[in-house]
Amino acid sequence: MSGNETASAGQDDSPDPDARTALEPEPQDQRLLSRLLHADFRAGARDSIGILLGLIPFALVFGIAADSAGLSTLQTIAMSAGIFAGTAQLVMVELIDANAGLVIIVFTGLVINLRMLMYSASIAPHFTEYGKKTRAYLAYFLTDHVYAVSIGEYADEDSDRNKRLYYLGLGVSIWLVWVATTIAGFVLGAGIPDSWNLQFAIPLVFLAILIPAIDAYPQLVAALTSALVAIVAALAVSQTGLPEGADLLIAASVGIAAGVAAEEVMGQ
Amino acid sequence: MNEYSMFSIWAVIVAIAIATYLIRLSFIHLFGRINQVPARIKRFLKFVPAAVLAALVAPQLVTPSAAVTEMILDERLLAGVVAAAVAWWRGDILATIVVGMIALWTFQFLLF
Repeated sequence: MSGNETASAGQDDSPDPDARTALEPEPQDQRLLSRLLHADFRAGARDSIGILLGLIPFALVFGIAADSAGLSTLQTIAMSAGIFAGTAQLVMVELIDANAGLVIIVFTGLVINLRMLMYSASIAPHFTEYGKKTRAYLAYFLTDHVYAVSIGEYADEDSDRNKRLYYLGLGVSIWLVWVATTIAGFVLGAGIPDSWNLQFAIPLVFLAILIPAIDAYPQLVAALTSALVAIVAALAVSQTGLPEGADLLIAASVGIAAGVAAEEVMGQ
Repeated sequence: MNEYSMFSIWAVIVAIAIATYLIRLSFIHLFGRINQVPARIKRFLKFVPAAVLAALVAPQLVTPSAAVTEMILDERLLAGVVAAAVAWWRGDILATIVVGMIALWTFQFLLF
């Protein structure tokens, strides 16, 4: 920035050759700058590779599940491209497959995605230098992984990467691979025989996200309570007139309350 | 196969897509006016993933039954335990799926 200002000031008022040599670094800087910007986008894309290895099987499972729940190709693509939140998408498809009430599906999807409020609040200070429009499209890519990796990068004081481009490098590559792999799963799903029980991959994906999330005793209390209540509530739903999906809401609410209570007790 | 109309499913997808975007945009847009999620709400949000995921997984692994042996010797529960161990040890989605599926097929073969 300061380099730019001195250079253009020189251009305005000094036609002598000395000043011209002083001008020389300007286009150099400019090219270097744009190359740096470009490199920051690529750095973000490169840092997404490790995450993609985990997301590809997740997206495949989602595509397969969407197919077996009877969603159309276009609906499946719309979910991945528009909602762009794996856990919520997979839960929605599960509930659609169980013919749960529409209100329950929307409510559950929302509750699952509410955690992104915390990401939004946490990353917001890093985007204040950008205008409204830029912030509006940056927000679209805010997933668990994009958040976690970007915030790690921003916290590194030695790094002078462009925040927007690094974030976009991550977000755009994850989005592209997520949508493409979902379609692949959807197409594949139609060809896999039911006897393989590939539906079982859905709880496996949930387990793979759940277990590392349990990093403290209150989280364990929340998970175990929720699991126990869910088993009983599932039985209740199948034997009474409770709407499908109600068991999930009841169990999760009790589990969350148990976690908060456990933290209260242990924290004091 | 679901029994909804085409329109209902589209309505659900569009509603969640818009709401999810607004959640993402919230503080990024409002920064300067509201900068923090209130601590009271944060306390609850923290437990949402663990509680929701556990509530989704448990009923798929355990079918309540009076016969305890039958409940424990369920190939889904056994495969789930193996997969949970892998998830804990490796923290890797692909490894969890692969080992979990192989465990399911193995227990199915052994138990029937």
